[in-house]
Amino acid sequence: MSQVLHTPPPTSTADDDDLAALAARHGLTVSGARPTLPQYVRELWARRHFIAAFSTAKLTSQYSQAKLGQVWQVMTPLLNAAVYYFIFGVLLDTKRSVPDYIPFLVTGVFIWTFTQSSILTGTRAISGNLGLVRALHFPRAALPISFCLQQLQQLLFSMCALVVILLCFGIPVSFSWFLAIPVLVLQFTFNTGIAMIMARLGSKTPDIAQLMPFVLRTWMYISGVMWSIDKLTKQHDDLPSWVAPALKANPPAVYIDLMRYSLIDSFHASQLPPHVWALAVGWALLAGVCGFIYFWKAEETYGRG
Amino acid sequence: MAEHTEEFADGITDRMTDQDAAQTSRSDIPTVVADSVDIVYRVNGTSGGRGSATAALNRMLRRKQADQASGVRKVHAVRNVSFVAYKGEAIGLIGTNGSGKSTLLKAVAGLLPVENGRIYTDGQPSLLGVNAALMSDLTGERNVYLGGLAMGMSREEIKERYDDIVDFSGINEKGDFITLPMRTYSSGMGARLRFSIAAAKDHDVLLIDEALATGDAAFRKRSEQRIRELRKHAGTVFLVSHNNKTIRDTCDRVLWLERGVLRLDGPTEEVLAEYEAFTGDKSDKTAKPKAKPKPKPAAAVTA
Repeated sequence: MSQVLHTPPPTSTADDDDLAALAARHGLTVSGARPTLPQYVRELWARRHFIAAFSTAKLTSQYSQAKLGQVWQVMTPLLNAAVYYFIFGVLLDTKRSVPDYIPFLVTGVFIWTFTQSSILTGTRAISGNLGLVRALHFPRAALPISFCLQQLQQLLFSMCALVVILLCFGIPVSFSWFLAIPVLVLQFTFNTGIAMIMARLGSKTPDIAQLMPFVLRTWMYISGVMWSIDKLTKQHDDLPSWVAPALKANPPAVYIDLMRYSLIDSFHASQLPPHVWALAVGWALLAGVCGFIYFWKAEETYGRG
Repeated sequence: MAEHTEEFADGITDRMTDQDAAQTSRSDIPTVVADSVDIVYRVNGTSGGRGSATAALNRMLRRKQADQASGVRKVHAVRNVSFVAYKGEAIGLIGTNGSGKSTLLKAVAGLLPVENGRIYTDGQPSLLGVNAALMSDLTGERNVYLGGLAMGMSREEIKERYDDIVDFSGINEKGDFITLPMRTYSSGMGARLRFSIAAAKDHDVLLIDEALATGDAAFRKRSEQRIRELRKHAGTVFLVSHNNKTIRDTCDRVLWLERGVLRLDGPTEEVLAEYEAFTGDKSDKTAKPKAKPKPKPAAAVTA
């Protein structure tokens, strides 16, 4: 409210002064101005039900025309895992060096897919929903957040499939499975942060959406989704000493390995990088906070012209 | 919203009392102040002749240089418009196609940034319309909730008004359609439900863009009634329409935009008389929205 009072009008003819003064006298605010950060957080919190409803609606409308309907929520990740098993387990025979290869692989694929699709949908969150942005008023961060929430819901379906796979392959049920919850919370925060950064970049330059699949595929291959970073770096002694820690500190690798550690009994703590929880929290906070502020900085420009 | 089937005479008296109330309550409290507003659109990839790929490269390489060389064209949609809207007013926006009415409305709603000048508003003006938030694969019922939430209503508010919304839309008059996906609706039914959802919320400053042109005659009458109700609750209503009758029925002040310039601003009858003389429309009672075969003003494009 008070910001108007201290803002002089850009031009200063008598008429302009009158109008600006009139507006100031009655406490009118500039239309379309960016709210302060605390105010923005409050507005976003007030729209939490919209964020939840929008993501659930997107999720259910995805398969609403299919005959099998919501069964595809579980089928799609399973088919994905089957393809990767065929390539890396059968054709390339990676499984000899990794114990419990199928649970190892499927966990990796599911957790990676969560990050990958969050970033992909995040990139199009603003540029693909211009109609919504131009018609209604709401904090724009609601869009990338709700797309990431949709991916989280999708992942929860996949996790149900994963539990069945784990039990089929004789992985014992243990208390460490509960560690999956903090891992998912941290990974969600990380994904949302990156998605908000990509949403702002994608809103200015929609071309980035064409580029992202290639970036993400490269990222996937260095994140140890289908192979064990630990095993590989031990096999190649000639690698520089920084390669192994760098590969292991890569955020998706951190979340994937933490999830494997919590779910699969043959995946030992020794395969995790040092201070792994600090790394997981650090990446989540860094991406989450920076992404949110970076996105908010351009709030008033989304949907322009 | 309870008596949809009101008599025509009732509608007339309703309108009269509305306008009387508006006249007395049109106080000195401004709700929207537009201070010499300019709005400019930038359109990429319009350079004729050269291949657009080279133009795109040019644009990237010479970012800060002349826009024209790189194929960016500026469209000056609204030029130096100033006005003050007061609480209790219903303001019509008229003008031929492409004269900047909808653009100005979007800027008042804060959805389009202005190039020069400022728009001050009391609270958050809202455009009437939720089309973009609705999903055709979902049932009408879920869309009522989704649309309501998108407009910033709470779940409780929507639950409270749910029956009103469905009754008003008349979707269930021909069977239980509200539980079917919206893609199965006819275009008229879809438009009715969309309007009903959008009109369910009370707004401080309400902006309506040709919303009244939807549905059959009975629904249109109900919509106009609802607009009057909204106007009672809202501080100020802006209405864009090509239907002079709707403007006469709903508004007591009219802004006439032509080629982005505010040509006239005054009481409905005076401005409409001038406008009808300008467009050559003598039959002031026609209820047809008309697309005038006006040539696009070349001066509006400053490339």
